[in-house]
Formats: sequence, structure tokens, C-alpha cells
Amino acid sequence: MGQDNGTSQPSEPSFWRDPRFYQIASLSTLLLYGLLVLHFDISIWQIAITISTAQLMQYAGTRYFHLPCFDPKSALISSLSLCLLLRTNDCAVAALAAGITIGSKFVIRWKDKHIFNPTNLALVVVLASGLGWISPGQWGQVAWFGFLIACLGSLVVTRAARADVTLAFLTFYVGLLFARALWLGDPLTIPLHQIESGALLIFSFFMISDPKTTPDSKTGRIVFALIVALTALYIQFHFFTPNGPLWGLIACSPLVPLLDRLFPGVRYDWSKPTTGYTPAAVPLPLSFQPQRRFS
Amino acid sequence: MNHIVLSLLSAVMSLFLWGTDASAFCGFYIGKADTKLFNKASEVVIARHDNNTVITMANDFKGEVKEFAMVVPVPTVLEQDQIHIGDAAVLKHLADYSAPRLVEYFDENPCVRYELMERRSLDMAKSMAPASASARERDTALGVTVEAQYTVGEYDILILSAKESHGLETWLAENGYKIPHGASAVLHSYLKQDMKFFVAKVNLTEQSKLGFTHLRPIQIAFESPKFMLPIRLGTINADGAQELFIYTLTKQGRVETTNYRTVRLPEAQEVPLYVKDKFGEFYRDLFTQQVKREHERGVFLEYAWDMTWCDPCAANPLSAEELKNLGVFWQERPNVKQRGGTLPQAQNVFLTRLHVRYDTAHFPEDLMFQETSDRNNFQARYILRHAWTGTDECPAATAYRQQLRERYEHEAQTLANLTGWTIGDIRKAMNLASVPETEGKKWYQRLWAN
Repeated sequence: MGQDNGTSQPSEPSFWRDPRFYQIASLSTLLLYGLLVLHFDISIWQIAITISTAQLMQYAGTRYFHLPCFDPKSALISSLSLCLLLRTNDCAVAALAAGITIGSKFVIRWKDKHIFNPTNLALVVVLASGLGWISPGQWGQVAWFGFLIACLGSLVVTRAARADVTLAFLTFYVGLLFARALWLGDPLTIPLHQIESGALLIFSFFMISDPKTTPDSKTGRIVFALIVALTALYIQFHFFTPNGPLWGLIACSPLVPLLDRLFPGVRYDWSKPTTGYTPAAVPLPLSFQPQRRFS
Repeated sequence: MNHIVLSLLSAVMSLFLWGTDASAFCGFYIGKADTKLFNKASEVVIARHDNNTVITMANDFKGEVKEFAMVVPVPTVLEQDQIHIGDAAVLKHLADYSAPRLVEYFDENPCVRYELMERRSLDMAKSMAPASASARERDTALGVTVEAQYTVGEYDILILSAKESHGLETWLAENGYKIPHGASAVLHSYLKQDMKFFVAKVNLTEQSKLGFTHLRPIQIAFESPKFMLPIRLGTINADGAQELFIYTLTKQGRVETTNYRTVRLPEAQEVPLYVKDKFGEFYRDLFTQQVKREHERGVFLEYAWDMTWCDPCAANPLSAEELKNLGVFWQERPNVKQRGGTLPQAQNVFLTRLHVRYDTAHFPEDLMFQETSDRNNFQARYILRHAWTGTDECPAATAYRQQLRERYEHEAQTLANLTGWTIGDIRKAMNLASVPETEGKKWYQRLWAN
């Protein structure tokens, strides 16, 4: 989980600068609001099963691959995202999704990175198999706006190193939606309404931004964000399939190794967030050790 | 047959389950809320599987039939055999079957229940119950192409495509279609999205020949990945909000909107007995209240059920033949009669009934749908619970009488909360003042009773 054999443990300040604490706090708050106010179609059991399966899988993976220590944070974020997005009537499907999420992190890898965003992969598998669904319209304005503020706030507070991919994706995606509306002659209330999706926020702030699946360099990430936004809109308006960004990301993820080759950068470490552009700020041996990291 | 068996089953279950929540079984059906309660209501049935879609459209048009005209954006040019006239009676049956309903329960003698409870340990698991040449020239000048022209039933139908919206707007106006001011922008948007326009007027000669006094629903069948309902044209120039009932018939499960919140209406709530006489008014106000609560942006789920049964039934489930009439094309062997000679029942058909009150301000975009794999049943059901009025005496009866007033008050609060009616009026209508006070003992008096 971003720990390095033989290197020092994260110091106190960097420990609290880990953006994942803020992510866990905002996702949990949103889940509570969704349950209590918006009456999300999700049972306490499904939440419990999703979170516990994810943690169990993380623990098993830590032991099996002999990682230095068990870190529940990333698995918790993935499972909270699953709880917010995935709807199913069968707890086994929830467990399966959590299993795929964490399992894929350990198994589907390329040069010490995950190929697919784990949550994204699990959601797409469940959607494609018809075992569950995502209700992107269930958020309402208040929750959406509140969550947007929380997400933007967390970017500022944590000075998240990989905020560029989130901001680039949102800029391209929202910009293209507005451009489409202008081309159609639609009132701008339509694109404003179209972006009012909780799924879009979770996607932008918690999936596409995952440092373990995005290109290492800033240029690579911005190019990646553009390709994902274009694919997402094509899926949405050509195939009329909801959740375009999810399908877009899964389709574009295999391009990341290629983008890494075209625009090389520094590999990310949770305890020492970098933009990938400033190798001098990171002790070199840390970034280029040929060891396996599974967060 | 199936639903009879299930009703029996739930009756048997009720013997074992009283004492648990009343929602565990469904009570006796006594009334429903008609779609006619709402003004300017349109009804649309969408039967869809894969990309094959059949849409049945009906509205409560009340003016002169010669004034009637409808313009519907459609994704493809429709051939004559893709247009059909539906049966209003089947649509009515569907509306009745899925209507919000009122059910009633009668409390049993608590003394008998008390004895039974003593005999039986209630450790069983809780279970959920389950044109001419010149006209053609004009068309060309306006950039409008009449892709097809048919007379189907009492309707004259045209399928139009156009180069630009102003030409289309002018064409429609010149051809007697009243297009509200401001429609041009919306028409423009649909044209850019490569939509065609299905326009219909009543052919008075055909109508008098057929002898129908009302306008029958129009049905169209097409293949398109678009699972949506264009509502934007309906919102222009509409005075006030429009009421729309959408019934979807699908194979897999419940349908919901992907770009608006789909909200379940409050259900299984116990309301005062006097609601029985004014259920229509109750439901209309309840709906308005819920619309307000969702800031006028919600799409409301009124019914979601597998077509094979219902409990309680506001009307019998639709037969396979009726469903075929509404566009359900995927049923296997719909003509095979079932055991006992009953009408063949629907297979693999899941009904979702959505109710939306919309206007431009709150519904800027067309309704987009998705089919989910959720097959959980849902019905907007409201409960009347008649109190036991017997004179038997036993500890259970005393306890029962003590909690009655509290229960009535709770019902009054529920009603006020659901409908926005004034609590004082409700209490008066319930005649709560005449209900004897709880045998006078405070909780602490009961705690330290000698």
C-alpha cells in the first residue's frame, strides 16, 4: 500500500496529508445522506457485505503477496464508491463486485500499475452481466452541489497531486456538453442538468483520478482525460447508454501504458504525493524500486 | 390462477403473522385513485425489449376533434405497418390494475389473539409477502420532406423530416397544426439530433365512418437504442404543469429515469378511516405534497410488479392478449390456455408505473430511462385499520384499548404529513375528541402501579 521496504514510515504530517482520509470522510457523509435523506435503494447489509468483503480481500492479498502491512484505506474508498453507485437486489452480487474490485488490483497489473481502475472494472462487469445497475439520477441538486463542494474542497485541502486529471476531465466533459447544447440550440439549463449526476462526481474525483491507474506524467494525464471524455460522450450520445464515463474509462484504460511510454513520468506513492513532474522532490530509489505495490 | 393461489397463501400467512407489522400482508382492496383525478393527464405505455419499442399514446383531449393535432419526435421514419391504433379499454385496464390503492384491515379480538399467543411461540421467521404538386413545391421551399403519409384508423398521419426548424414550424402552421410560439428552438434541437416528426390529425370522415366518439390511442413501433420520452414540446406554452403517466412493460425488471430522481411514493401508511370516502382527494393532495417535497423535480414510482399477479388486486392482471395489444411482443406461446380454462397469463412482463408532473423550469431535458434488474414489487398502498369494538375483557383487551387513542393520533399525523391537510381539521373529521382518553394512567403511574 504505498509502503516501501526499508524506507522510513510516513511521517506525521504526510500521514495526514494523505488525501484518502478526506475522501473517506466525504464518501461516508454522502452515503449517510443518501441513506437517510435520499432513501438510496441500498440495504445496510449490502453496505456491510461490500465493505467487509473488500477488507477481507485486501487482507488476503496483503498476506498472499507478502506486502509489508495491511492498509485498509484504498479498499475502504473503493467499497464506499461501490455502495454509492452499485444497486442490486442480491448481496452476493455486492460481494462479487467488492471481490472483483480488490482482486483486480492484485491480479491485473502491468509494470507495477493497475491496468483498470478497480471500482470501475467491478461496476462495468456487474452492469454488463445485468446483475445490477447504477441509478445516476438519484442524487438531486442539494446532494450533488454539496458533494461537489466537498470534493473540490478536498482537492484544495490536500493539495492533491493528481487533481490535474480530474480537472482536465471535468473541463473537457462539461465543455463538450455545453458545446453540444450550443450546437443544438438548446438552453444551457440542459447541459447544467446533465452534469447534475452524482455518478459523474464520484467518477471524476475518485475513479479517473486514481494515481495507480492514470498516466505518470502530467501531459499523459491530460491527453488521457481528453480521450476518456470523448469516448464517454460518444457512448452516451451515439449508443444512448447511460453511465458513459464508466464505459469510457474502461475502454481507454489499456491506453495508459502507451501514454506512459510516450510521456514518461514518476510513479506515484500515496505517502508522498507527486505530480510525476518533480522527480527531485522524491528520493529516487523510492520511485524506481522494482518492487510491487498494491494500493 | 397464480394470483388466486398467492392471495390464498397470503391469507394463510396472515394467520401466522398478525402481531407483526401490518405491511407483511396486503389487506382487502377497497378503492383506487383514478388517473382521471388529474387534469391534463396524458398516458403513455412503452413496451420495450432490446431496442424494439412500442409506444402507445393517449391523452384526455376534451375539445373539438377537428382541433386535435399531435406532433411527436420519433427516432426513425415509420412505415404504415409500424403505426397502429390501440384499444382505450386495455389502457384503462392497465391504469386500473396499477392504480394507487386503499386497503382495509379489521383488528381481531385481542383476547382471542392473546390466548393464541400464549399457546404459540412466535419464533417463526418474518416473511415478506410477497399532397398536390404545388403543395410539394411549397414543402421543398420550406425544406420539409413528407417522408410518408398514411391514414390509420381515424387519424391522418404524416412522417416529416426537415432541413431546418423555421421551415418546419411554418409548414406545420400552414398545414393547420397549432405550434406554440417558441417551439422553433426545440424543433431545431430534435432535427439536429436526426429525429423525424410524427404528426397526426383526426380524419373526420374516417372518424364518422368508424363511429368512435372518443379518440383512440395511437401506437407506434420502432427499433432504436433511445429509451426516452420527448416531453420538451409539451412544455412550451403549456399553462401550468402537465401530468404524465408512463407505464413501461419490460422483460427484465423495473424501469427508472436516469436523468431525474425516481422516487417511491410513501406506501403502506395507516390513515384515518374517513379517507375511505375521499380517497381520490387524498391521493391527489398526497401526490402534490410529494412533488413539492422533491422540489418539483421528481418522477414518482406508483407501481412496480410482475404482471402475473397482484396483491391486493385493484383490477385483475392483464391477459397475454391485452399485453400483446399494448405492444408486448416477446411472450412465448401467448395463446396457450392454462389449466382450468382461465385466460392465459402474462409471462416475463414487468410493469412499472411512473407519474410525473412536469414543466420547462424543472424538467429542461427529455425523460431518459433505463431498465434495471430490480424485480421487487412496489405499490402505492394506503391502509385503513378498523378497530375492534367488542366488549370482551382480558388484559390484552385493556392494553389494546389503551393504545387506540394513540394510534388514532398517529394516523391523523400521518395524514397531515402525507397530504398537507390541517391537523386540526383531520382531528375534527376523525372525531378524536369523542375517543375516550387512555384509561387515565400516566406512564409512571403504570410503572409503579400497585
